[in-house]
Amino acid sequence: MRIFDPHIHMTSRTTDDYEAMAAAGIRAVVEPSLWLGQPRTNPGSFADYFDSLVGWEPYRASQFGIRHHATIALNPKEANDPRCRPVLDLLPRYLNKDGVVAVGEIGYDSMTPEEDEAFSAQLALAVEYELPVVVHTPHRDKARGTKRTLDVVAESGIDPGMVTVDHLNEITVGLVRDSGCWMGFSIYPDTKMSPPRMVEILKEHGLERMLVNSAADWGRSDPLLTRKTADAMLAAGFSADDVDLVMWRNPVEFYAQSGRLDVSEIGEVEPTFEGSSIKRGGG
Amino acid sequence: MKPEQLRAALAGVPGEEWLTDALTRVAAESATIQRFFPAAGRRCGRAGLPGLSDWTADEAARALLLAALPAEEAATQVDSLYWHGDAAEKRAVLKALPLLPIGAAAVPLLHDAIRTNDTRLVSAALGPYARHLEPAMWRQAVLKCVFMEVPLSVVDGLTERADAELAAMLADLVAERRAAGRDIAADALDLLDKLTKEA
Repeated sequence: MRIFDPHIHMTSRTTDDYEAMAAAGIRAVVEPSLWLGQPRTNPGSFADYFDSLVGWEPYRASQFGIRHHATIALNPKEANDPRCRPVLDLLPRYLNKDGVVAVGEIGYDSMTPEEDEAFSAQLALAVEYELPVVVHTPHRDKARGTKRTLDVVAESGIDPGMVTVDHLNEITVGLVRDSGCWMGFSIYPDTKMSPPRMVEILKEHGLERMLVNSAADWGRSDPLLTRKTADAMLAAGFSADDVDLVMWRNPVEFYAQSGRLDVSEIGEVEPTFEGSSIKRGGG
Repeated sequence: MKPEQLRAALAGVPGEEWLTDALTRVAAESATIQRFFPAAGRRCGRAGLPGLSDWTADEAARALLLAALPAEEAATQVDSLYWHGDAAEKRAVLKALPLLPIGAAAVPLLHDAIRTNDTRLVSAALGPYARHLEPAMWRQAVLKCVFMEVPLSVVDGLTERADAELAAMLADLVAERRAAGRDIAADALDLLDKLTKEA
């Protein structure tokens, strides 16, 4: 089984996680830039974070045979902090990078005017750089937040096929399906979405434009929930090909629209440095 | 390595026309390199080059873009592209340094690369341009290669530059590893052996 986790924050995970993910069949990941739990207070902090997403983190992943790409943006929560607004000016530099396959996560947290402005500005950047977009939907007031999100996406003029609306549930999936956007589901140990609920959604809404992710980060989360959902699909009678479509071909199709996705096997590209551990240089 | 050799090795890669145009524009207006440099991998591919086993197409294209810069602006652009580069871009800058008319101005970039734990960057920092590195830092970098299991063949001019101080450092490392019951790479032992015999 081959799995592509289209949304996972590996910066917060250990090498044990990488090892277990590789053993579970996860061969490619996309890491959207996000809030880090601790608020940042200046754009330099973001530059270092973005550099890590196109530098150290892909290297770490490659040690386990996993392809790592990133999405870059000023996230909705920190878009509200005036000290972080200049991050918007840093984005063009990163949107030119090979490892950046989308703009994201953008969207709403508390649906403030500041979030509105950052959301629209970054949708415009996605159009300019011909990149797909990953849109976060709010935890609070989710149904109305999702409707408003879809309105803003439609107003921006971006092709809905270039947009994933993420963290959906039973209430919001229909709206997004009808919009033509891709539907993202974050499988969590006890909140957002569970493997059995995900299987029911796939039975009801089909497999087209469906993306399943673990969204594993620094909170209570599990980077193997993509695999557990794949197993739940098989147990519910979906075929191996159905699983491959949802867990591999769908995310490949979505992110390949960037023209930058590379899911070739690691060994083919960097034979000299293929290895199974992160080498320490003694300083 | 000469730019002409890189150019010849790139004959027939995808994006050759794009590269020709980009080189002309960079020579005329140096700031345009900021846009072309990150795009080189997407345009020219990342395959190894026939006949130049140490170079990939994206690295060679990026090195040529740097070599096309007007001499008086090269150091500034090189600095900016390295500090704002992803890992592949940084590696390309490091590999291109010996081709550029910048003297020892880029030594701080080598220091940065040697501080990383990315074997691709540490290796690229130890090419011919490392002749500008002060001896203490150069020895540290060689020792770091041994720690990171990077083959010592990446170190340009290793046997000419290796000295008694490096031999002492290697001997300590070998003693430490043996005390711990751990192995050490054969090329490090060979080097130590050679230096000990010379002494």
